[in-house]
Amino acid sequence: MTFSTILKASTAVTLIAWAGFATAAEVTLAAGEKLAADQTFTYRTLDQITTMDPGMAEDNESGIIIRDLFEGLYNQDGDGNVVPGVALSHTVSEDGLTYTFTLRPEAVWSNGDPVVAADFVYGWRRAASPELASPYSWYISLMGVENADAVIAGEMPTDALGIKAIDDHTLEVRITAPKPYFPQMVTMYTTFPVNQKAVEANPDSWLDPANFVGNGAYVLTENVPAERTVRERNPLYWDNANTVIEKVTSLVINDENQALTRYLAGELDKTEVPTGQYPRLLEEYPTQAVSFPLLCSYYYNVNLTETGNPALQDVRVRQALSLAIDRDIVVNNVLAGGQVPAYSLTHWATAGFEVPTIEAAGMTQADRNAKAVELMTEAGFGPGGEPLTVDILYNTSDAHKTLAVAISQMWKQTLGVETTLANQEWQTFLDARGAQNYQLARAGWCGDYNEASTFLDIMSTASGYNDSKYSNPEYDALLEQAKTAADPAPLYEQAEQILAADLPLIPVYHYASVFMLNDSIRDWPVGNVQQNTYTKDIYKVEAE
Amino acid sequence: MLSFILRRLAVAIPTMLILIVISFVLMFAAPGGPFNNDRPLPPEVLANIEARYGLDQPYIVQMTTYVWKVVTQFDFGPSFKYRDQTVNDIIRSGFPVTLVYGFWSFVVAVTVGVSLGVLAALKQNTWIDYLAVGVTVGAQVLPNFVMAPILVLVFTLWLGWLPGGGWNGGQWQYLVMPVIALSTSYMASIARIMRSSMLETLNAGFIRTARAKGLPMRRILWRHAMKPASLPMISYLGPAFVYMITGSVIIDVYFSTGGIGQYFVNSALSRDYSVIMGITILVGALTIGFNLLVDILYAWIDPKIRL
Repeated sequence: MTFSTILKASTAVTLIAWAGFATAAEVTLAAGEKLAADQTFTYRTLDQITTMDPGMAEDNESGIIIRDLFEGLYNQDGDGNVVPGVALSHTVSEDGLTYTFTLRPEAVWSNGDPVVAADFVYGWRRAASPELASPYSWYISLMGVENADAVIAGEMPTDALGIKAIDDHTLEVRITAPKPYFPQMVTMYTTFPVNQKAVEANPDSWLDPANFVGNGAYVLTENVPAERTVRERNPLYWDNANTVIEKVTSLVINDENQALTRYLAGELDKTEVPTGQYPRLLEEYPTQAVSFPLLCSYYYNVNLTETGNPALQDVRVRQALSLAIDRDIVVNNVLAGGQVPAYSLTHWATAGFEVPTIEAAGMTQADRNAKAVELMTEAGFGPGGEPLTVDILYNTSDAHKTLAVAISQMWKQTLGVETTLANQEWQTFLDARGAQNYQLARAGWCGDYNEASTFLDIMSTASGYNDSKYSNPEYDALLEQAKTAADPAPLYEQAEQILAADLPLIPVYHYASVFMLNDSIRDWPVGNVQQNTYTKDIYKVEAE
Repeated sequence: MLSFILRRLAVAIPTMLILIVISFVLMFAAPGGPFNNDRPLPPEVLANIEARYGLDQPYIVQMTTYVWKVVTQFDFGPSFKYRDQTVNDIIRSGFPVTLVYGFWSFVVAVTVGVSLGVLAALKQNTWIDYLAVGVTVGAQVLPNFVMAPILVLVFTLWLGWLPGGGWNGGQWQYLVMPVIALSTSYMASIARIMRSSMLETLNAGFIRTARAKGLPMRRILWRHAMKPASLPMISYLGPAFVYMITGSVIIDVYFSTGGIGQYFVNSALSRDYSVIMGITILVGALTIGFNLLVDILYAWIDPKIRL
């Protein structure tokens, strides 16, 4: 079932979703292929994972491990579509505010207990509770669960949260406003069930391999901080018969070049490709170097408050700067990893999102440059006008620096604009950017869920992530309207057009996942733009 | 001797306290905080987190609570970034790793360094001397962040002899490259210190007397020259040993050993306050301890030194 059908379904009278859905993804081998004897999967992670607690997690690397160890109501398939997890199906009330999930009776925890609706209730309440103080408790409020804000703020007890176990296998969730993409949102780890017995038996160490209780396809067998995490197949998992990979190991390797060397030495099955090395690796290892869209956008925030550069308050200057960035050079020569030039904030591959026809995107770079010069002259800067100097702030990283240097060269050559580059260590940078202590600041945003509002919301007046301090009532109204619209796609396109005209941020490129992947691995979810991977869905075939 | 040790321990306590206070002040003076993120947290969420970790208290209260817990329960608190771990967990899993590769690096550095230094001094101005000096100068200028990737390239990718990183419980294959990379520059320093102090000692009057009495060179070296010539090296070894066993950022990062060395930088960058403090206290205490040990060794080797 596609995303848009879910969308329509939600406004209809109570109905059962996914009636005819295939329940289990089975391994289908191509002709002449057979499963490899060695079904282990070893990959690199940049840093020690911050937590394996679904209620506490806040980053993607933790998410990868948590999706192996736990299972939520719904999973995602290789293309990011919602497929049954612990829940088989759901119904939505007429007003779109009450979701009733039917849970699969055969699901059990790794200690043998059945997975029941109360486990979800406990998990959600726990994630929202002030006692746990999870940095991702806001996700429960983002989902619009009834009373979430009051529970997080400690004004209401956790049992006031809009989630209820009707019986062992029926779960009811009440939300405050209809959310067509709600089923998508329950694939997020924050909504996973947690085993109350296990947590209460060892409150501080329930995630140690010895005490661990999960309901995922794998159980935790070894965890050496800053070195490795090992998960092994969970024989009690309901779909164990279709799980192929026996053992998953993540190795912490900080240095990406070192990781690449170890990949080439055969120690890893997957690692990231360092910036700029993709073309070379693709030539040398055509079956192993892979690149596909990743739901993140890279842009420069423009400080629109009085602490910013006065010249940048002029929309013509912002337009000129944006036009003068040769994004083809950025993606083909600087990054060279399959990234895509960006003229919109929302990633081009976002589900249900049509990239609007933005004028600048359709021009040649020569035309863009000509128009940029024209706009700059009009604004009184550039050749013959006032000299202009702008500051770019970025967090210390070679990749950001290379890009900023390239862009500053483009601005100098085309517009005669001088650029001062300043790098700051991450925490200092966040402080400066959050306090509007910058002129132009590098930023990146990754979608929390696969829907355009996850990007567009950040530029709304009320958003805490709006570092440009952009405020446009028309834009805010469009987003507000989109929340309840049967088909929000045209509204999102309009919103993007407003951003393209106002340019409170200068989009640069849309991310791609670029990595080396052992070519005996099959079914890697290349179509899942959030890279929400499930190890249970991949397998290895015998090398030819 | 005992009163000396007691005196030194008495000084160590205020030293540690000053260290803690300075670290606390610097830590809170740095912009940002452990819960700053690309996505600023909603205020009520941040308030919950700060309450949980006691960050809503005044600094002085935070500091005294912290010191009290460290002193009375040896509890360094939870890590702010690695939510499943306490600082004690991190030290417990990371310190043994650096202790092992640091200890072996120390053994290698001292054995090779002393041998090279003594040999160079004995064969002063011969090709052996020049070779030894050449090797040590080379080893000292080759930074370990250059050496580490080269080692991996050669031993892992080209020869396929050793794993490119990891720890795996500390099997010897995983130790070889970290030990080489860490010990090299220390080895070079030790060799140079040993060479010059040995030269000085060999030219001293009492050695000339020993030679005049017709003692064999081996006996002169072991009985008479070695002890006094070692003194400058020993004062170097105290802090060097602490640096080695508390690990190196470079070694941990390049060889992915999971050691404690990487936290020096990581915890500061992520403002993981409790980890910063835990590591600072650990290194501070070890430094004070080993300096004391060096002083005692001094007195034992050279009775002229009064403690």
